[in-house]
Amino acid sequence: MEEDVKLMKGNEALAHAAIRYGADGYFGYPITPQSEVLETLEEQMPWETTGMVVLQAESEVSSINMVYGGAASGKAVMTSSSSPGISLMQEGISYLAASDVPALVVNVMRGGPGLGTIQPSQADYFQATKGGGHGDYHMIVLAPATVQEMADFVTLGFDLAFKYRCVSMILADGIVGQMMEKVVLPPQRPRRTDEEIRQQCPWAITGKHGRKHRNICTSLEMESPKMEENNLRFQAVYDEIARNEVRFEQYYTEDAEYVIVAFGTVARICLKAIEEAREAGLKIGLVRPITLWPFPKQVLADLAKRVKGMLVVELNAGQMIEDVQLAVNCSIPVYHFGRMGGMIPNPTEVLDALKLHFNDIK
Amino acid sequence: MKPEEIIKDENKIYARPRLLDLRHTHYCPGCSHGVVHRIIAELLDEMGLEDKSMGVAPVGCAVFAYNYIDVDWVEAAHGRAPAVATALHRLHPDHLVFTYQGDGDMAAIGTAESIHAANRGENIAMIFINNGIYGMTGGQMAPTTLLGMKTATTPYGRRADLNGYPLRITELMAQLDGTCYVTRQAVHTPAAVRKAKAAIKKAFENALAGKGTSIVEVVSTCNSGWKMSPAKSNEWMVQHMFERYPLGDLKNV
Repeated sequence: MEEDVKLMKGNEALAHAAIRYGADGYFGYPITPQSEVLETLEEQMPWETTGMVVLQAESEVSSINMVYGGAASGKAVMTSSSSPGISLMQEGISYLAASDVPALVVNVMRGGPGLGTIQPSQADYFQATKGGGHGDYHMIVLAPATVQEMADFVTLGFDLAFKYRCVSMILADGIVGQMMEKVVLPPQRPRRTDEEIRQQCPWAITGKHGRKHRNICTSLEMESPKMEENNLRFQAVYDEIARNEVRFEQYYTEDAEYVIVAFGTVARICLKAIEEAREAGLKIGLVRPITLWPFPKQVLADLAKRVKGMLVVELNAGQMIEDVQLAVNCSIPVYHFGRMGGMIPNPTEVLDALKLHFNDIK
Repeated sequence: MKPEEIIKDENKIYARPRLLDLRHTHYCPGCSHGVVHRIIAELLDEMGLEDKSMGVAPVGCAVFAYNYIDVDWVEAAHGRAPAVATALHRLHPDHLVFTYQGDGDMAAIGTAESIHAANRGENIAMIFINNGIYGMTGGQMAPTTLLGMKTATTPYGRRADLNGYPLRITELMAQLDGTCYVTRQAVHTPAAVRKAKAAIKKAFENALAGKGTSIVEVVSTCNSGWKMSPAKSNEWMVQHMFERYPLGDLKNV
């Protein structure tokens, strides 16, 4: 079969992938640099083809609560936004997590804090991986580095969300949202029928349809012992996710003396730097976490036994570096190189940062 | 005559609705919520909607509505019921989706969601309990609290210069093209209860017929929050609340 290769922006690929996944609904509010997601969906009019609902809400607060309603009813629903909008969604994400309902949230990050800038950033790492909203919860956080992954992670994100009844977040930087690349879109999948949803999601709010008991989707529990039980249940699911779903890539680590850790498109910049370094005979490797939560601790812990140091490169003031330091238990030096406010480093800057911190790299 | 000779189906003129659970509610004695819950449970049964209804509960005193009325429910975040209901109905268009909200939920924290759901003409029914006070959190000022009314956060009475004016959100909703039926009711007398039931029935019918958004405000009492007996609360509501919130249809398209 001929491959369906397209040239498009990451945001556009994400929208097409959502339709092709058989998503039931998208609810969003315009914000740069991810407005192409809603624009592409409105242009494609999937309600005419797959029956997918697309709605521009009055705010991100409303978008995420529309997602909550759709997710509670067992439908595959999603939203996308950028950093300030994602901040507004934190309450809703906490409710989603606390109600054991699956949903996909996409953050195409821009520079903050505050209104910040519309240029790319990775400064929402803490927000995405450490909670963001109130209470003890986690999302599965996927960090795409290519337009292809923007498309692929829609399927992965939804599948994981339904497998564990949790929230998946695609944490993209503004670069991958805006840049154009070749992408192979997945084949069109049919949306699940209401009957299939009732069978696959017996917990869903669908109307009773002959069910003896009513289904209730709530995050409220007034009795502390029961609320603690709820929390223990969430944590057990998170433990299972951490055991099963860690994803990462590594390059040139077999003989590496030093390792760069970077996620998203920054990992591609670092890979370019490493290829240049290799030509100069420097043994540098790269680890690219794909899941930021659960974090790939083990590979870093193993590498720490044989490399001399690590450099964490991020578009922020130093966020993922804390997870790297924890993973290696401070057994080797770990340094940070970051650009902020929408600035993007080039490979030479990355190499310079390595040389600055590690004296034997000339 | 022995009791068992009297207690027969043919003699029954009043009973607990089948879809209202047999359990104590957490509502204070005299509160209007119980009456409105009963009306909804009666209608869902009478209209044959048990299998195809989804309620959206608010944050506030009615947060536990899902514990009493035997249909599927989603418990929304504070003020967000209309957004939740929007998605539920768009994704399940042949179902009845209704919200049940208090004045804080509808007219303070959730004003944007309420107005925009109604402005989009979402085919949902919104039941709005207006008792002019925050009951669940202990009697603080609501957006609908009357001027001069004492609450925990207006201990000397609500002042327009400090707190603004009691918000008539139902009148506001009636202006929107997306609404088809906007009415204000009460449940303080048997006659009022019958009218309120007819109004909610109409709201449910409109939602099922895809006519747009229906809003039924029920001017209600909060005898605990108002610090009055249930009977005195009803009198006070008639004397004071009805002046600011007059009963009747505001829009019926």
